[in-house]
Amino acid sequence: MSGRPPEDRVTSLHGAGGELMGQFLAERVLPKFRLRAAGPIGLDQLDDGAVVDLPPGRLVVTTDNHAVKPFRFPGGDIGKLAVCGTVNDLAVMGAQPVAITMALLLEEGFPLADLETILTSAARELADLGLPLVAGDTKVMGRGELDGIMINTTGIGVAERAISDAGLAVGDAILVTGTVGDHGMALLAAREGFHLQTELTSDVAPLWPLLAPVLAAGGITAMKDPTRGGLAAALNEMARKAKVGIEVREDVIPVRTEAKALSDLLGISPLDVACEGRAVIAVAADRAEMVLSLLRAHPLGQEARIIGTAIAEYPGRVVLATGIGGRRFLEMPLGDPVPRIC
Amino acid sequence: MDDLFRLRDPARARALVGLLRRYAPPDPVRIVHVCGTHEIAIAQHGLRSLLPEGVEVLEGPGCPVCVTPTVDLDRAVKLAERGAIVCTFGDMTRVPGARVTLAEARADGADVRVVLSPADAVEVARANPQRDVVFFAVGFETTAPGTAAVLLDSPPPNFYVLSCHRLIPPALVALLAGPPVPIAGFLAPGHVSTIIGARAYRVIAERYHVPVVVAGFEPLDILYAIALVLRQVREGRAEVENAYPRAVSEAGNLRAQGLLATAFAPCDAVWRGIGRIPGSGLSIRDELARHDARHAFSVQAEEGEEKPPGCLCSEVLLARAVPADCPLFRDPCTPLSPVGPCMVGTEGACNVWYRYGRRPNP
Repeated sequence: MSGRPPEDRVTSLHGAGGELMGQFLAERVLPKFRLRAAGPIGLDQLDDGAVVDLPPGRLVVTTDNHAVKPFRFPGGDIGKLAVCGTVNDLAVMGAQPVAITMALLLEEGFPLADLETILTSAARELADLGLPLVAGDTKVMGRGELDGIMINTTGIGVAERAISDAGLAVGDAILVTGTVGDHGMALLAAREGFHLQTELTSDVAPLWPLLAPVLAAGGITAMKDPTRGGLAAALNEMARKAKVGIEVREDVIPVRTEAKALSDLLGISPLDVACEGRAVIAVAADRAEMVLSLLRAHPLGQEARIIGTAIAEYPGRVVLATGIGGRRFLEMPLGDPVPRIC
Repeated sequence: MDDLFRLRDPARARALVGLLRRYAPPDPVRIVHVCGTHEIAIAQHGLRSLLPEGVEVLEGPGCPVCVTPTVDLDRAVKLAERGAIVCTFGDMTRVPGARVTLAEARADGADVRVVLSPADAVEVARANPQRDVVFFAVGFETTAPGTAAVLLDSPPPNFYVLSCHRLIPPALVALLAGPPVPIAGFLAPGHVSTIIGARAYRVIAERYHVPVVVAGFEPLDILYAIALVLRQVREGRAEVENAYPRAVSEAGNLRAQGLLATAFAPCDAVWRGIGRIPGSGLSIRDELARHDARHAFSVQAEEGEEKPPGCLCSEVLLARAVPADCPLFRDPCTPLSPVGPCMVGTEGACNVWYRYGRRPNP
């Protein structure tokens, strides 16, 4: 820490609105982002706000704070996660992402090289999605006032037909777009103190490219991304809001063997921990196979499965048919067993 | 890696369920296990939904955190408030004592640290030679050898143990010797049995004529062990059978038993919710008294149990009730704001039932 020249680290001058900040933004932040406007006024104008041209449809807005420990993890980092988290919230609302803003909270002393890595990774995701970063902000907090870095992102999108997480109806099929629990388990394994070696990587990925064709095909009644609290929380929320029951089969819920083994070791269910690149989709029964084949046609959806059905019994609750052949309620997890992961 | 999960094979489970039906006696039977890990496996895999009508499996006093008496909790709190560093396992910090939890004492400035093993507590003592460091030791025969090992390995002079270790076989006897509870058989805890061996349960079978089956932790292990208990009941036998031979031997782990016998002597001990059970505790031997917190510090703590009104933890610990029988279960008693100890310990029956859910059709 002490041996390094201060220019390698974030100092309070970076966030003070002075010359150093302008220089820092111009040299190290802005060039990372290929698309910097979604209308006449964007990032380059350094104005007080962005002006965005919207395609037709209803406006959908979402905002998230991201605090991840460690900020770089197997399969991604907080930069990629911030972009994906926001894009995914829009996508499961049925909205095409139009623009994103990003506000950085940095602890004094945070290595600039790490910041550059994080922003490069966020910029790469945005470039792949063709999504412009239209506004941003940077604040520097004193040492000890923050643990490294936090990122806030706000996304705006446009939906032809917005999808809520409450539209589930009895008889609907419940699908998941891929293996569950990878993100939470990978982060847990990567945490200091556990010394676990695993091949498991986070599933963090933007869902819009996967979901766009499915949304266009129609038939989706409810959708949710199972982040905090994982699949168990997502299903419970969907069941409660729609006042229907859900029955899912443990033996068809896709879970990687590594995640299963880690889960046994740590006593944490893979169904209770966050995914960052998966969606839970409810779809009218007669469209389920069609939706499944559309999902599987995309690289992100190859392990998509129909995992259960909405039922009239047990309104507001989720029943798990266990792999061994038993039945129990799948409860809403008590907070996330793994804090600070998204 | 799939080998790991072969004891979760649904086809074999169906075969075992067939056996259970065949062996189930016409009258209702209550089987008791005394292990949080068993309760978690039973709940997590929904095994209760596979049991024949009339066959019940209940968790007795299987959660070490839950059975630690308030008097010792208050002792630990007082030691922390007086300036000692108190180290203990995570769940222990949240158990309500007579006054406050260790976590609340910490919020008020006491130095309470969560450790993962007794050796971690010794490290804390070495790092803080000017402070008294007390390891608040809870657990059954599985964890007690770890405490014995550090006590026998010349710990620093500022390291003390407040022993609340408990022994399983005397607790099983107490469940039978008290007012009559119709317990048809016991599933003996696999982990504890690796240490004490299957032979430790002979007294139960021979003197009390109650079957004991040592059980592993995979769903097929548990279903198989239940089938063996039911078969003994049906055939009128009462024996110790070992359904977990891949881990448990007849004699157990003699080295660990040696450590226990060198560091500790059995003593009478109070179990929260149950009361005093003869020979069920482990007190530190005189030769090691300089590391015994009970010996080194005179701390007065009130005997007697604070029992929250309505709380059924005692009945749950005695295997006379299940969590769902308690009027406080789920409302207002939850793991986030527990009323009784069985909701605090992650191995407590109430906590497990809350997290994993009941069988859908009671």
